[in-house]
Amino acid sequence: MSNAVGTSVLCARGLHKRHGEGEGSVRAVDGVDLDIGAGETVAVMGPSGCGKSTLLHLLGGLDRPSGGEVWLNGRRIDDISEKALARVRRTDVSYVFQSFHLMEELTAVENVEMSALLAGRSPRTARRRAEELLDRLGIADRSKSLPSALSGGQRQRVAVARALCNEPLVVLADEPTGNLDSTATLDVLRLFKDLHESGQTLVVVTHDARIAATADRMFSMRDGVLVDETRLTGGTTGQLGALIGLED
Amino acid sequence: MQQEVVLAMLAKEPSHGYQLRARLRDALGPLGEAMNAGHIYVTLTRLEKAGLLAVERSAGGADRPDRKVYTLTPDGQQRVAEWIAEVSWPRPDLAEFHLKLIAAASGGLADPLAIVDAQRRELLRRLRDTQLAAMAEPDGSNAALLLEGIALRLQADLRWLEACEKNWTKRRNGS
Repeated sequence: MSNAVGTSVLCARGLHKRHGEGEGSVRAVDGVDLDIGAGETVAVMGPSGCGKSTLLHLLGGLDRPSGGEVWLNGRRIDDISEKALARVRRTDVSYVFQSFHLMEELTAVENVEMSALLAGRSPRTARRRAEELLDRLGIADRSKSLPSALSGGQRQRVAVARALCNEPLVVLADEPTGNLDSTATLDVLRLFKDLHESGQTLVVVTHDARIAATADRMFSMRDGVLVDETRLTGGTTGQLGALIGLED
Repeated sequence: MQQEVVLAMLAKEPSHGYQLRARLRDALGPLGEAMNAGHIYVTLTRLEKAGLLAVERSAGGADRPDRKVYTLTPDGQQRVAEWIAEVSWPRPDLAEFHLKLIAAASGGLADPLAIVDAQRRELLRRLRDTQLAAMAEPDGSNAALLLEGIALRLQADLRWLEACEKNWTKRRNGS
């Protein structure tokens, strides 16, 4: 066991996940080691079927690995009881999904405060935090709207606000821009940048290169394996003008 | 900077050099930072010699470049109209990269997959710069639209690299 388990927020060691049994089984995740530091934004990019969503589910305790370990904030979570794991899912990790997964019969603010209520906050604290988050995400005026009355970009903002409302250690996002046009995608990227600046740890799996490119680190995933790591922070390519041939 | 671009920026009205530069800056945003002011004045002088624009000194009469007002001549207007109507599109040079992979593999010079990886890192860095610039632009600005175009082209290039990777992985495993 490397020392990193002690200093990283989220770690995977020799992580495996098989779907099915025997000859016909598929190795969705096939030996992944990963260390994610506090405040880091990490992207995992790969084609559909490469195992990236399964990996995210294993990291967030939505699914259990066939082998290997998952450590969250120095505590192993792959082998804990179902009850303890449910608690981890309510208090320590949050999800943002491609299809938002908002409750259609609840208003925006009710959707957002739900995660804080489930994590055990008082109704007053939950509502105050939900309203703060909606304000920070620029949709305070839509807080009483039902999801059906919101645009795709607004719905994803509500989903991100919900993910933050229980003050999780890690936010896990699965194709968060999959259903969004380019303007709304830019909004989500701005949002993630704000989260990053506020110190939130964020793991995004996506096939959208625009998201991957704005992370601190990016992993390429193929057939259940992380095949390449790119560190993207520090140093730019120089003048943007070179991109359109303006430089001589 | 292409001569026609400078010419076309004068089509709205006779302008000082600094007004012309301000129009370019607004259109290009952070992408215009590479623009060289001296180069634009050289281009203006060339266009004047070619009879495509005329120069008047504004009141004060001093011979400083920023006192000059540039106006399109009828020939200049004609040239701008032709340029606007022209259909042209920058040609990406994909063949060079393609041939690099083939030469590297056939001559045993390098691993084509390592070349693809290095290229992908570079494109991701460019995409990152482009996205960071786009995120800093207000929605609907001129520069935001241009940055979106650059991001889309880089994404297309990245998808082609994915195809290159798949293909060369298959060749390596198959041979």
